[in-house]
Amino acid sequence: MDVTFQFDWEAAFASIPFLLKGIPYTLLISFGGLAIGFLIGILFGLLRISPLVWLRVPAIAYIEIFRGTPVLVQVLFIFYGLPQLLGGPINALVAGIAAIAVNSGAYISEIVRGGVQSIERGQREASLSLGLSRVQSFRYIIWPQAFRRMIPPLGNQGIISIKDTSLFSVIGVGELVRQGQVYIATTFNALEVYLMVALLYLAITLSLSFALRLLERKGLVGQ
Amino acid sequence: MSRDDTHADAVPIVRLDRVNKHFGQLHVLKDIVIEIQPGEVVVVIGASGSGKSTLIRCINGLEEFQAGHIEVDGNELLPDGKSGRALQRIRTEVGMVFQQFNLFPHLSVLDNVTLAPMKVRGWSRADATETAYRLLERVGIADQADKYPSQLSGGQQQRVALARALAMEPRLMLFDEPTSALDPEMIGEVLDAMRELAREGMTMVIVTHEMGFAREVADRVVFIDRGEIVEQAAPDTLFDSPQHERTQSFLSRVLKH
Repeated sequence: MDVTFQFDWEAAFASIPFLLKGIPYTLLISFGGLAIGFLIGILFGLLRISPLVWLRVPAIAYIEIFRGTPVLVQVLFIFYGLPQLLGGPINALVAGIAAIAVNSGAYISEIVRGGVQSIERGQREASLSLGLSRVQSFRYIIWPQAFRRMIPPLGNQGIISIKDTSLFSVIGVGELVRQGQVYIATTFNALEVYLMVALLYLAITLSLSFALRLLERKGLVGQ
Repeated sequence: MSRDDTHADAVPIVRLDRVNKHFGQLHVLKDIVIEIQPGEVVVVIGASGSGKSTLIRCINGLEEFQAGHIEVDGNELLPDGKSGRALQRIRTEVGMVFQQFNLFPHLSVLDNVTLAPMKVRGWSRADATETAYRLLERVGIADQADKYPSQLSGGQQQRVALARALAMEPRLMLFDEPTSALDPEMIGEVLDAMRELAREGMTMVIVTHEMGFAREVADRVVFIDRGEIVEQAAPDTLFDSPQHERTQSFLSRVLKH
């Protein structure tokens, strides 16, 4: 066994242009899915705290189902399973975005619920006592404060979802991991290429962390 | 008490008729009957847990009640929160100041005061801002208008809360222990602002432990114990010669120290 294996920097750098072709897909699946997941999260997070049981129960069911099953199984179900139901194939990119959307949507629902419930009851009472309607109270008083508190957990979820997209190499969408696998299949530089893949993920997630930190700092003004 | 003469034949602005409230097994308000005349300053006293805060919170529908009815300025509140539009109308006409101030921390002092007039009354920003500055001036904090609540002292925050409520031009003001969360040196500035408001003829219902203040500004003091109105009278009468044994025992406890 050759223990004096040399890390081949040249091969590592040579893979980068090919790997970079996967980045647009990784970003599109991540942020497309998260954007839809955010809308789902707002809707189901609010249904989740509705006083009406027939709104609350479906929201709880959705959250538990999509939080309690692996995102890999979800994307396999969407990509391979749903076409049998629909009678036509589903684009791999669409399947990936849909999987991130429903999966992150479940987690974001809980983030929204936690954020809204964390606002002191006095805020709602004060706004209602001024004659604001329940909708106005939510829009002008509760939501802006809740959203600020939601930024750190939303950032967490964003990072998790970005990493989750790496699983979607299994449905053949040309994202970062898939590009790496294809490249390795011809060059066999698994060590170098996977390290580069890892570093590229890190570059994406660190950029997001940094952006969120700026947003958080800005959002905290006047708190 | 020359003001009392005008009260006699006026239409009450608030009327509670046999209001009952339960929290599960607990009977929080028992057959509360009270009328408040326009311009009257009513101070509600009683031990903590006696139901005095719950009582005034029923007047603007922050608490539901299970039996009886409440009428505020011609709008009727029904039991179990079934009041519909009347509730919104009442809240538009009734201001409230809370123990914990409850200023909106994400809005500047000015925006705290202008929000409701603009969103509820539909005033222009210019009109709301002008009114806000006039009120902030009156409570002595116009120079803090651009700050955020967390940058102010407790006493300043409570005065902003008062200005915020007054910006809606309420016909009635409710005060729920407005000085209980304040450091002692800040109580005076809030009581001064309330005193001035009373002098201007605002109808006020005040829950407080400040007995000296009650004696000074109240037209009538109401003593509540275990959810019942035990006794009510002009402050000198109630403080100097309480009729009921429960009133005497409460007063002896709070006035001694």
